[in-house]
Amino acid sequence: MSCKEVNCRTLLTELCDFLDGGLDSETVQEIKLHLDRCEDCRILVDTTRKTIEIFCNAEPVPLPQGVRDRLHKALEQRLRGSNS
Amino acid sequence: MAPTDRTPSPAASRPGRPVDDETALVAAAKGGDIGAFESLVHRYEGRIYRLTYNITQNREDAEDATQDAFLKSYQHLSGFQGDSRFYTWLVRIAVNEALMKLRRRRPNELSLDESIQTDEDMIPREIEDWGPKPDQRFEQGELQNILARAIATLEPPYRIVFQLRDIEELSTEETARLLGLSVPAVKSRLLRARLKLRHTLDQLFRGSARSELQGS
Repeated sequence: MSCKEVNCRTLLTELCDFLDGGLDSETVQEIKLHLDRCEDCRILVDTTRKTIEIFCNAEPVPLPQGVRDRLHKALEQRLRGSNS
Repeated sequence: MAPTDRTPSPAASRPGRPVDDETALVAAAKGGDIGAFESLVHRYEGRIYRLTYNITQNREDAEDATQDAFLKSYQHLSGFQGDSRFYTWLVRIAVNEALMKLRRRRPNELSLDESIQTDEDMIPREIEDWGPKPDQRFEQGELQNILARAIATLEPPYRIVFQLRDIEELSTEETARLLGLSVPAVKSRLLRARLKLRHTLDQLFRGSARSELQGS
């Protein structure tokens, strides 16, 4: 195993905490130094960050009309029943 | 954003995300204004249904869990203290409802032997850049369907953690508490989920998975 592989593996272990801001500043600096040298890891971090953003920012598929109708009918019956 | 362990995410400034009059609607609903509560239902029904569907992967269970979540939230509204957003409080209720449905239908679905160590199969191969905004190559409806299919390819233990942490933006600690997992287990599952989804989107953006994810 080369030194680069060890660093890349360490990056993978720390990836989530790095993206979520959960690492101490010293570790962040070490990772950034590695990213300066390693294009694969730099792209991995960038594309993983974009993956999260794409899912996070996506609007939900609109509720199917039948589901919406049943939901509101049931809620109306139960809510107005509980208030009467 | 998640309360304690995330840097600000793009969702925190999501366009049109309604927060301004939520407090007023909740206050009115607490006072017995059913119309105000119905406004909250209209506002969040799509997101709550997506949440319950992504947990249960079953339309009937998702529909029931959505309905039960809104009913319970109304019944327990007096206990909502306003120390979090109403939506966050609603998410906790909906997650519990969806998990109950999932456990009833598939009791062992959430259990998983795992370690925090990275396995050889997790190391990505053939890394290529995506460019600045790869998702903008798709129309909104097309992208929504692609993402729904992509997340459905995850095994439940990974799918649910990803849903709670990255879509609903709960903290690692709260996700662990809701799922009855350790914090390291949540982190391990989140890493695998993110890498698997990254790989799926990578294939999509490079063309090879487009027809598979778009379906018929």
